[in-house]
Amino acid sequence: MAKLKVLVAEFDTPAQIVEAAGAVADAGYRDFDAHTPFPIHGLDRAMKVPGSKLGWIVFAHGLFGGCFALWFQWWMSAVDYPMVIGGKPYFSYQAFVPITFALTILLSAFGTVFGMLFLNRLPRWSHPVLAHPDFRRSTDDKFFISIESTDPKFDANRTRALLEQIGGKRIALLESP
Amino acid sequence: MSTPNTIPEALLPTSVYEEEQLVHGGLNFHDVTEVVARPTEEKTPIAWYVAFALALGVLGIFGASILYLIWEGTGIWGLQQPVGWGWAIVNFVFWVGIGHAGTLISAILFLFRQKWRTSINRFAEAMTIFAVACALTFPGIHVGRIWFAYWMFPLPNQMGMWPNFRSPLLWDVFAVGTYGTVSILFWYVGLIPDLATLRDRAKTKARALIYGILSLGWRGSMRHWVHYEKAYLILAGISTPLVLSVHTIVSFDFAVSVVPGWHTTIFPPYFVAGAIFSGFAMVVTLMVVARQVFGFKDLVTLNHLEKMNKIILLTGTLVGYAYGMEFFIAWYSGNEYEAFAFVNRAFGPYAWAYWIMISCNVISPQFFWFKKMRRSIPVMFALSIFVNIGMWFERFVITMTLHRDFLPSSWGYYMPSIWDILTFIGSFGLFFTLFLLFLRFLPAIAIAEVKGVMPEADPHHGHGHHGEVRHAEHVEAH
Repeated sequence: MAKLKVLVAEFDTPAQIVEAAGAVADAGYRDFDAHTPFPIHGLDRAMKVPGSKLGWIVFAHGLFGGCFALWFQWWMSAVDYPMVIGGKPYFSYQAFVPITFALTILLSAFGTVFGMLFLNRLPRWSHPVLAHPDFRRSTDDKFFISIESTDPKFDANRTRALLEQIGGKRIALLESP
Repeated sequence: MSTPNTIPEALLPTSVYEEEQLVHGGLNFHDVTEVVARPTEEKTPIAWYVAFALALGVLGIFGASILYLIWEGTGIWGLQQPVGWGWAIVNFVFWVGIGHAGTLISAILFLFRQKWRTSINRFAEAMTIFAVACALTFPGIHVGRIWFAYWMFPLPNQMGMWPNFRSPLLWDVFAVGTYGTVSILFWYVGLIPDLATLRDRAKTKARALIYGILSLGWRGSMRHWVHYEKAYLILAGISTPLVLSVHTIVSFDFAVSVVPGWHTTIFPPYFVAGAIFSGFAMVVTLMVVARQVFGFKDLVTLNHLEKMNKIILLTGTLVGYAYGMEFFIAWYSGNEYEAFAFVNRAFGPYAWAYWIMISCNVISPQFFWFKKMRRSIPVMFALSIFVNIGMWFERFVITMTLHRDFLPSSWGYYMPSIWDILTFIGSFGLFFTLFLLFLRFLPAIAIAEVKGVMPEADPHHGHGHHGEVRHAEHVEAH
């Protein structure tokens, strides 16, 4: 597999990055990204990033959590170890609501966090953009655009020219080690 | 939406104008990073070591009391009949209650788009997690023979037995366990971008490595932020019913038992209001100190503290209403045992505790009706401590209702032993040890979130009047 190459350019303000990312998207690039210290509203639309499908993952987890909780309470209280407690039926489902609810939430939470990490392909401790000399400021006060060599339109010279044209600074071509 | 907003700022109501001013002192993005990250990077101050040593000492008392309890059994506490639930349950509910503010601030205020929460949510969430850790200790050791603590979980065992799922005490295990886990997940998700900030600022290899691993290789990618923000929204959405359910289920410990003074339907909402009340009071107590020591005054402004004090006033008054309504229903029900339980609370042997509770919880927050009081640091610090004392006594009063049951021949008076007291004091050692570690090594304010609510974060900031299309787009994106 060819080494992953990335062109990275730096920008100063949220307004610049939104405009620049929009220009890159309009130029037809697909494998590009913006790196910002905080989520910028409107940037995802400018980049034409589709909405997150995370909700479906969470829903499946929550549904499983609730069904599983209700099932094991039924099986343990009514099938495997039936005991009459307080004269109530073996399957006294009203009393099983709190635990069913708690496990629905618990599984949903696991689904949310691990689903988010899965969709983002994290953890990933090594990425060529991290090698940009100024990239440390992407978590402080600077904004970056990266275009990856996997993009069909990627061309070291022409892509660099585009980044320069839209106002990118400190443009660097980085390679995965 | 069709025309850009052209109302001059001077004509806007202050509440609208204030929203733009969440960060004071003219800080820019980099300043925010500096202010929050610096305390974790500077040489550890001597005062921190002193405080940490003190906290560790108190934690040692906690450990020793628990070891002695395990060795000797729950007889070392003042437990007897009819008060079979002593300080352990009081302390448990006290700590769980405190642990409610964090998730309330991170989840419910998030859903209500209360942007001011960003300055305090990290801090309050940390407090939540540590308070829940303290809370979970008490039922864990209260079982007496703690080597059987695993009976609380539905684990397959050689006896072929399963727990009783009709018991509120078992619901508690699941509710508080879920709450603790979800709080940690929520907290950690919020921390990821800020851990990356610390990683990128690291001056030493060790820091770069540790924060690097913990931040999971976060690179601020917008494609990641889309999933991240969705995850944050969903976590807020599922935590909101959770935070309300946890103290509801804690209140079931009392309300589901057929005991006069406990068997009431007002308990769940009343416990939830009390939990938020005590949690906010604890946040104010700690925040007043922390913003002073760490220089967070531009990020946690008097406006933030005033808003918290308003919530304290609201929830304190709700709790006062619940106290009144309990009395009314005790009389209105016509049940003589119920009536006796309440008259005995207010005028019986524990009247002193009852009136401490009323003074601290109902009377003291009323000072917050006055703007001067709400914005005075010494006043809010003192009142928040009163509230915490009052909320401990609330649980004490509820638990001690047992001391005069149906048979006068078995009436008693609960006297705590020295071990009751040391275990309770010791739990503060656990809380403050964890808290000091948090303040030393993690960003105490959510850096990325604070930046996100600054006016400079808006792509249209400083551009004056944009075209209609972009404005509409912006509104929709929100």
